[in-house]
Amino acid sequence: MVNRFMSKEINHEELRESIERGGGDKYHEKNAEKGKMFVRERLKRLLDNDLDVEDAFFANAMDGNLPADGVVTGLGKLNGQTVAVMANDSTVKAGSWGKRTVEKIIRIQETAMKLEVPMLYLVDSAGARITDQIEMFPNRRGAGRIFYNQVKMSGHVPQVCLLFGPSAAGGAYIPAFCDIVVMVEGNASMYLGSPRMAEKVIGEKVSLEEMGGARMHCSVSGVGDVLVKDEQEAIEYVQKYMTYFPQNFRSRTEEVESLDPQAFDKSIADLIPDNQNAPFDMYELINRLIDVDSFCEIKREFAKELITGLARIDGKVVGIVANQPRMKGGVLFHDSADKAAKFMQLCDAYNIPLLFLADIPGFMIGTRVERAGIIRHGAKMISAMSEVTVPKICVVVRKAYGAGLYAMAGPAFEPDITIALPTAQIAVMGPEAAVNAVYANKIAELPEEERPAFIKEKQEEYKENIDIYRLASEMVVDDIVQPNDLRKVLKSRLDVYQSKNITFTERKHGVYPV
Amino acid sequence: MSEIAANMAGNVWKILVKEGDQVEAGQDVAILESMKMEIPIASEQAGTIKALKVKEEDFVNEGDVICEIE
Repeated sequence: MVNRFMSKEINHEELRESIERGGGDKYHEKNAEKGKMFVRERLKRLLDNDLDVEDAFFANAMDGNLPADGVVTGLGKLNGQTVAVMANDSTVKAGSWGKRTVEKIIRIQETAMKLEVPMLYLVDSAGARITDQIEMFPNRRGAGRIFYNQVKMSGHVPQVCLLFGPSAAGGAYIPAFCDIVVMVEGNASMYLGSPRMAEKVIGEKVSLEEMGGARMHCSVSGVGDVLVKDEQEAIEYVQKYMTYFPQNFRSRTEEVESLDPQAFDKSIADLIPDNQNAPFDMYELINRLIDVDSFCEIKREFAKELITGLARIDGKVVGIVANQPRMKGGVLFHDSADKAAKFMQLCDAYNIPLLFLADIPGFMIGTRVERAGIIRHGAKMISAMSEVTVPKICVVVRKAYGAGLYAMAGPAFEPDITIALPTAQIAVMGPEAAVNAVYANKIAELPEEERPAFIKEKQEEYKENIDIYRLASEMVVDDIVQPNDLRKVLKSRLDVYQSKNITFTERKHGVYPV
Repeated sequence: MSEIAANMAGNVWKILVKEGDQVEAGQDVAILESMKMEIPIASEQAGTIKALKVKEEDFVNEGDVICEIE
């Protein structure tokens, strides 16, 4: 192998330039063909002003063929805030990890913790260099320490993964421990064993896209959060995402200028169907409540019956958890409960208030979901929702039946307020199901022709019994708000709850249902 | 040829297309009734309905094919 640097006299400038160029030309060309940018170009575009400082630039320089040992680490500004970055260079031995690669990653994590600044991971790596395993795998400061650090950093500083290429085997845990993973379709992948290994070890024949591709992870497994078409879109998403976060858990997201919502012909009142069973599109309601263009959705392609995303109302950051009646009737499934749990933890960790928009017939029933463990996944969601100590606003848009009311921060779960729209209906179950359950025998005894009238009468009685003004009179809901006033009311509520400061309870930690 | 499948368990309440119909991407082809809710099932692609695999009032499980589209 040609050693580029080991001349008798090292020329500092030549060496610096050579390291900056990364790996050989053919690897640069290969990447360009796939629409992949060079690592230094990615950083230039992501950060306000490139890296301000770079660490261990000369790592492994004596080897001569491993510039920066395949990873760039340092600090720069993003939206004016200091962030720490780790970025794999896939032109250097496919971005694989050697001893110094791992040490560089560990050190920049330690720096992020000391400075209490966000940590960004730009991942594009084939995984461990098997030839270097003794130096980088099992020891105290081996690759395991990267994940240990990530767990420790979680909830201390935001951790974001931009996945531009593969993230293989152990390396796949870097995205897994991040708050959010943005994946570039066609190039990004995550898997514990490659398709080749799957065929050899378990006899499965499968393509990389099908087993660990970006679309699969963002829509089926839920390991990915945001699917983007190219690297530029990934960068722009993260630039926007970071505007919703403070530097660390001790601080708060800065307020920005308040903007009116997007203008629509149809008002909120026109939008929401009176028929509780008819679908409507929850995005249409969200867009009428939030500042224009402020929605930053997380997991749009996954478990679509529940919407989770960050937004601004009156310039203030808010996390939205909303049922989507347009998809699967807005019923909660195991995946949507799981999606909600992580999102609520994310918002709570960084002091972002939560707004729940409930329109939910309940949790799904049937064999499929019981076998998938819907009870424990539902418990996980309710557990996460109970524990959050940020301002918690529950809006009952239409129905909130059964455990659906509980999962969406119903009155027993200490929301700061429960607001009902006039279309709200709160009950153990809807009128149809309730009348069937209570009067099943009676209905069976009646002659066929008398049944519809009897059922209708009982359903009307039931509806009167759960009338929303009655529930307001009993102080079950704290307020009934006209739909077109909802934004105004939310603005005031978010404003007055800003100083909320509570501790959930005193203990080491709960035993989480997972 | 691809398939449009039920995304959750339920009863087929209404079928909105017949064989030979042209549909747009995002157009509803059937409505299920599940959890007392109307659950629209939309086509993910534009095309022609080739074969209907269920009839109204049938029970379908998650993943069961409702129709084939080309």
